[in-house]
Amino acid sequence: MAKISNIFEPRIVCFFCKWCTSAGADLAGTSRMQYLPNGIPICVMCSSRVDPEHVLWAFKRGADGVFIGGCHPGDCHYQSGNYKTRRRVFLLKQVLKDFGIEPERLRLEWISASEGKRFTQVMDEFIEEVRSLGKLKV
Amino acid sequence: MEKNNHKIGSVLIIGGGIAGIQASLDLANSGYKVYLLENSPAIGGTMAQLDKTFPTNDCAMCIMAPKLVECGRHPNIELLTCSEIEEVSGKPGNFNVRVFKHPRFIDLDKCTGCGECEKVCPIEAVSEFNEGLVERKAVYRPFAQAYPNAFAIDKKQRPPCQQACPAGVHVQGYIALIKEKKYKEAYDLIRENNPFPSVCGRICTHPCEQNCRRGEYDSPVAIKDLKRFIADYVIQHKDEFEGREQACLFPTEPKKEKVAIIGSGPSGLTAGYFLAKMGYRVTVFEELPVPGGMLAVGIPEYRLPKDILDYEIKAIEKAGVEIRTNTCVDSIGRLKQEGYDAIYIATGAHIGVKPDIPGCDGIGVVDAVDFLRSVNLGKKVELGKKVAVVGGGNTAIDAARTAKRMGCEVTLLYRRTKVEMPAEDREVENALEEGVDTIFLVNPSEIVCENGRVKCIKCTKMKLGELDASGRRRPVPIEGSDFLIERDALIYAITQKPNISFISGNKNIEVTRWGTIKANKKTFETDESGIFAGGDVESGPATVIEAIATGRKTAISIDRYIRGEDLKEGRELEIDELPPKQFPEFVERKERQIILTLAVEERIKNFEEVDLGFTEEMAVEEAKRCLECGLCSECMECVRVCEADAVSHSMVGEHLNIDVGSIILAPGLDKFDPSMKYEFGYKKYPNVVTSIQFERILAPSGPYQGHILRPSDSKEPKRIAWIQCVGSRDEESNSTYCSSVCCMYAIKEAIITQEHVKDIESSIFFMDIRAYGKDFDKYYERAEQEYGVRFIRSRVGKIEEVEDSNNLLVYYTTEDGKQLADEFDLVVLSVGLKPSQKIADLSDKLGIRLNAHEFFRTSVFSPLQTTLPGIFVCGPASGPKDIPETVMEASGAVASAAELLSDVRGTEVIEKVYPPERDVNDEPPRIGVFVCHCGINIAGVVDVPQVVAYAKTLLDVVNVEDNLFTCAQDTIERMKQVIEEHNLNRVVVASCSPRTHEPLFQETLRESGLNSYLFEMANIRDQCSWVHMNEPEEATRKSKELVRMAVTKARLLESLPKIELPVIQKALVIGGGLAGMVSAFSIARQGFEVTLVEREQELGGNLRNLYYTTQGDDVQEYLNSLIEKVENHPRIKVYKGANIENIEGYIGNYKTSITTNHESRITNNELEHGIVIVSTGAEESKPKEYLYGEDARVITQLELGKRLVEAEKILEIKGKKPVSQIQKLKSVVMIQCVGSRDDEHPYCSRVCCQEAVKNALKLEELNPEVSIYILHRDVRTYGFFEKYYQKARDDGIIFIRYEKDEKPIVSRLSDFGELSRAVIGDRLSSKTKNQKPI
Repeated sequence: MAKISNIFEPRIVCFFCKWCTSAGADLAGTSRMQYLPNGIPICVMCSSRVDPEHVLWAFKRGADGVFIGGCHPGDCHYQSGNYKTRRRVFLLKQVLKDFGIEPERLRLEWISASEGKRFTQVMDEFIEEVRSLGKLKV
Repeated sequence: MEKNNHKIGSVLIIGGGIAGIQASLDLANSGYKVYLLENSPAIGGTMAQLDKTFPTNDCAMCIMAPKLVECGRHPNIELLTCSEIEEVSGKPGNFNVRVFKHPRFIDLDKCTGCGECEKVCPIEAVSEFNEGLVERKAVYRPFAQAYPNAFAIDKKQRPPCQQACPAGVHVQGYIALIKEKKYKEAYDLIRENNPFPSVCGRICTHPCEQNCRRGEYDSPVAIKDLKRFIADYVIQHKDEFEGREQACLFPTEPKKEKVAIIGSGPSGLTAGYFLAKMGYRVTVFEELPVPGGMLAVGIPEYRLPKDILDYEIKAIEKAGVEIRTNTCVDSIGRLKQEGYDAIYIATGAHIGVKPDIPGCDGIGVVDAVDFLRSVNLGKKVELGKKVAVVGGGNTAIDAARTAKRMGCEVTLLYRRTKVEMPAEDREVENALEEGVDTIFLVNPSEIVCENGRVKCIKCTKMKLGELDASGRRRPVPIEGSDFLIERDALIYAITQKPNISFISGNKNIEVTRWGTIKANKKTFETDESGIFAGGDVESGPATVIEAIATGRKTAISIDRYIRGEDLKEGRELEIDELPPKQFPEFVERKERQIILTLAVEERIKNFEEVDLGFTEEMAVEEAKRCLECGLCSECMECVRVCEADAVSHSMVGEHLNIDVGSIILAPGLDKFDPSMKYEFGYKKYPNVVTSIQFERILAPSGPYQGHILRPSDSKEPKRIAWIQCVGSRDEESNSTYCSSVCCMYAIKEAIITQEHVKDIESSIFFMDIRAYGKDFDKYYERAEQEYGVRFIRSRVGKIEEVEDSNNLLVYYTTEDGKQLADEFDLVVLSVGLKPSQKIADLSDKLGIRLNAHEFFRTSVFSPLQTTLPGIFVCGPASGPKDIPETVMEASGAVASAAELLSDVRGTEVIEKVYPPERDVNDEPPRIGVFVCHCGINIAGVVDVPQVVAYAKTLLDVVNVEDNLFTCAQDTIERMKQVIEEHNLNRVVVASCSPRTHEPLFQETLRESGLNSYLFEMANIRDQCSWVHMNEPEEATRKSKELVRMAVTKARLLESLPKIELPVIQKALVIGGGLAGMVSAFSIARQGFEVTLVEREQELGGNLRNLYYTTQGDDVQEYLNSLIEKVENHPRIKVYKGANIENIEGYIGNYKTSITTNHESRITNNELEHGIVIVSTGAEESKPKEYLYGEDARVITQLELGKRLVEAEKILEIKGKKPVSQIQKLKSVVMIQCVGSRDDEHPYCSRVCCQEAVKNALKLEELNPEVSIYILHRDVRTYGFFEKYYQKARDDGIIFIRYEKDEKPIVSRLSDFGELSRAVIGDRLSSKTKNQKPI
């Protein structure tokens, strides 16, 4: 089936923590749950491993959206990494505004290893949201 | 027998739940070889089913999954799944265990867990993992994260239909395939055993249907008609299926050996077909002008059309069988001379046996076989107008119906009645419909001829006598009953015999007295080796399916003969005994489909086929009636789709003998089955579920993906009720103990429910909330206060369904006796823990004793020791308990086993030796990329060659390969070669999840002399091909990006050396109470030095204040012996009156300074150790309320305990006189939760309830006159302590509940008198004499 060329296909960089979200993505796989293919997954040891620079760099190099997936509060494999991510993403969103990037283009979600279905829902929803925001123009 | 005397450094662990897994890991990491035995196909146990754990709400699977993988990949843990214990012998230190490993039907080494087999499996079974809420397939993996991550096939005994089929056709299999509308596959499946599906679909006597279990309910499945439908469908669509060759069980490489087959009947052609499939050169010799034997010339065309038979014979010829018609073999010897390596005689039985009566030579007396042959060959047969047929078998009916079609008036003469007729009922009915007359209970005694032609037949009337050998009543002639009937011809169809004149010259082949050839009944070899005989010529006249079966068996024999193998070995397996009949619980009545037939008036005019068969819809409907008795139907679809070639339906179980030093039992628990509590309507009302089912409903990996839905209508419930103590604390369900975990899991489920859906109303109906563990009470309070869970102290009487809505009415009685009913959308029964079935089985096999509740028996002071030395138990197998306690016990059992085996530690384990690591840090990157097809799992979506081509273009990539399965053993070997050949220093694998496969590839790198961190993985399966199945182009693009990223990262990778640090193998135990002493003693017994530090001048801690346990054990005696053992152990150094001044260092290397103060002499000690165990204990809180310390009559339980013991001692000395103060007491009040569950101490102290009960019972014993009141908030006598609570109530001890904010008040009524007063709200305010609040 040929793609209709006038639909915007966003490019999205996804950081998944190894312990929860990446495992949730695997579960979606073993359960053969389908979702949109626009995200490129990068597995990191902890969501807090994602430096704001990584995010900015992704936007600079053409990403239309950046997704960060971590463990639910209280479930962090490193006790408190996800709390740090939460604070960092909150601040980063302020910075993004200053750069003229819609903060909605950066999304942080908690997805556990057993939430395969939720993983696919969140991915689809975020991709659609970025699609509606259109190509990143900076 | 020297071997029996030395100890063995390995341990068998029975049960692969969390207890077994923890024990395995602990042991294997401490230098012992572990065999982990599990009945089911995967480890994980009950914990894997849980959604969350209490009271932390951790995801159970997230905790479990890494342990599963670690356990599965540990070099010193050998997993024995699908296994059970058969026998254990030996003694502590040296047990011999016989294990039976059931066949899994899937090769663990080959299965990659891709799941293709599951997709095509047509059989559904109840999912045990999802507690019956959904179905799984017959080929299954219990859950996605299961370890081993391989599938297993659930196969019961062979289904009765298949067992009844002489040819062993996979009946259930092709019926299942019809349901899936896979008709060609079904056709091919039949042809694995029988090359005549069309023929058998029409004329088989279908013993399968007689044996069909469905027949016990309504009517058997119409197996024959279904087979015919498949064959018809395939023939009608033959162009479509052209070129789709069937899978074949036999190897097909051409062979040079030649086989001659004499006779082209079903047996000869079947043998020829299978031999040709095996690659032999087969020639079939046929005397008649047409091939097919009886099928061609014995069966009338209206039953078996010629074109149908031709089609199947053509297919046999196509397989490589040469048929020479019009060729009569007159000598076996000549065939041998012509160079045939084996000969199969399958000439059938074509000579009709004449009745031995006068006139049987007359013209018009015809043999049925001759008659049918002539008609079938198109020869002219003159019968005249009126014809009689003698006989009651299928041949007689065939002759009668054929004669009818030739325009004759036909009368069938049979010497018994219709019931005894051996012909098929449907055939007889058809004949009657077509106007064939019958005269039963007659036998011709003479044929009266006129001019040599038949004129009349003289018949004798018969009656039925005794039973004969065939089980039918023998016909007996009635004297003088003869009568004449006028007929022009008589066709006799009594029996047939073979023509074996061509072997007359051969003395080696024995002929039986019935004129058949004698051959071995399993191999069908005659007395002359290399010459085989089968079919009617060997058996006498029999059915087509028997002839086919013999043909196939003979083909196997001939193959073995030619290859010089033993003909008989293993052949007895082909004869199965019928399994005991197991019936499904409920079968909905559904009569079988009746095939379409030609109208009677149409069919008697010609030889058109009478039966028209099923339509597709009818066939599918009929196939759905199959009860799937064998579960796996052996449809072979899994074999067809498995690219890894891992499925083997012929796998058999194996017996293993293993030697171990110790055994740890961790068989886990069973859940109480509430269907026996009829009042709760479980299984009757769809919206009554068990708590474990509700766990699955909550689980994101469960049947509803974590959405809270109710089973009846998949709608979100608004009101959920939990009913506690279902199968706990209940005489009726034979579980008088408390299951210890239900209160907590119900609270957890309610909390999780509230978190999922905000406005759900959760209500918990309970008797006492037993939140006794660490942080449990806080959890309980949070449920009530933060989440608004309604706790209703009550007893539930019954549950009723509300019509239409499927809602449920819960009838309950409150504490104050009010009878109420509330309506709910969903009811969860908090089912108790039952001793696992496996416990009874193990108890039998090992000779281990059980306790009164049928859990393993243990004692208070050695709770992990079974009644047999060297065999330990952990987890809920010795009594209900939660996960943390289970895990603790597992580690404890490991310590016990390690104490026993300390001197053989490290003797059975293997340590893998790797080649030295190559230093690659200065080399420029040379990257090898391996792109995996994963069978079709990746390659079916992603364009793998394109990804390979792309990878080749990436910087520093020197070699790219694609593999069918990168994880397969041969590919792993190949990877090592490639690393060497191309001098690779980085490796990228683009395949599946690093979660499951990274360790394997990392190890491969290590084996090739590369650091294991020079590896990177791209997950192009789980996160690409599987999730973008409908967008192959996008999936390919994403795969390329993932490979590019992995390669880019690989270029940056550096070797990471693993650092090894020395460990000081000594322990420090702080606190010399019970826990400290037991720990120190165990560590010392395991061979390590221990320092035990106690602040007091004496060891013993709190235990010194306890005298007996609730169960009645003598605490002081135990304490003294323990102190003695600890103090005298050569590896334990005890410091009493000691203080820890300082601890510094890190794990494995600590330095501690201790000062001791012994008789005012202060000494300093420095010691080094690798670990610290802190067991500083806890102490009884000293109350600040209830006049404690102000009035001597207010004491604590410990103080009471001491007085009770003193009183007991006095009693022993002075006899029964009431001399002690205890015996003078009139009434005693015990106040619970003093210093527990209050704002200052917001936890339950977990021992006070049982202490109170214990002391109350003792007091009652010493002073039967005393009145005892226990004022409590909940009675938390969990586990087996419930028994003592029960006893206390039976003995008249009064339990009165108070609320947290309505505490009892204790006041002195008189300074001199012995009166005090306890007031508990408005429930008890009467004055009682001599109350003693405690």
